[in-house]
Amino acid sequence: MDPLFFLLFAFIAVACGVNVVLQKHPISSALSLVAVMASLAVLYLLQGAEFIAMAQMIVYAGAIMVLFIFVIMLLNAGTEETKGRSWMALIFGVPAIIGLLGSLAYFMQTGMPKLGEVKFGDWKGGGAYEVGYALFTQYLLPFEVTSVLILIAIVGAIVLARKELD
Amino acid sequence: MDPAQVLETLKHGAVPTAWYLALSAVLFVIGVAGFILRRNIITVFMCIELMLNAVNLSFIAFAHEHKQVAGHLFTFFVMVVAAAEAAVGLAIILTVFRNRSTLNIDEIESLKN
Repeated sequence: MDPLFFLLFAFIAVACGVNVVLQKHPISSALSLVAVMASLAVLYLLQGAEFIAMAQMIVYAGAIMVLFIFVIMLLNAGTEETKGRSWMALIFGVPAIIGLLGSLAYFMQTGMPKLGEVKFGDWKGGGAYEVGYALFTQYLLPFEVTSVLILIAIVGAIVLARKELD
Repeated sequence: MDPAQVLETLKHGAVPTAWYLALSAVLFVIGVAGFILRRNIITVFMCIELMLNAVNLSFIAFAHEHKQVAGHLFTFFVMVVAAAEAAVGLAIILTVFRNRSTLNIDEIESLKN
């Protein structure tokens, strides 16, 4: 059953990921990205990462994407203009992307050590208890630094969006 | 990977970790492609989020592989940083749009030359 779930949600993730890139209107891209994040949450759950799967749904698919959709609607962003675009990105970008994909495929075929398997329920170390325990003991300092980072980000966002800069 | 091996895995009932890593690589390359080829600044930003998600999938796969919770914590911190980045980045996009009335990254070229 596991491989079927993996293949189904991997297919949804890749198809919607391609859709993010191909759609001309930003709101279609954003909704495709929500589907990618939701299917990735299912894949996290298959690997026993219960807390991260929920955080993915709430933080990513909920908060961050709502922020994106707010900004798209606020700016009234229309479809992308295709005329007058620079062709440098195509000329240099497409070979670079093919090269990146090719080298990734090559190294995954040759250089990868023998890895194990994932079966749903075979490891229970990713629940809220385990993640919370590690977060508040071993990783307490990064967690506290994160709060400062978020404070700076909030102040920065307010300052940037408040008045017109020139 | 030949089809017989794939069929064997389907019968076996467990997913190899390498499949998760391959999916992560594919999603990352899709994100890079969108980042390079798209012209709308909001779509470019969403492609960055896609790349971050691909890396998170790798972290979770390796956390399961080594049976350690550290990978989950890294994913958690990546999410937090992504949230902060989205807030600041979208504020910058708002300011740029207010001053230039465009979202096309080809037209935002003050730093050129």
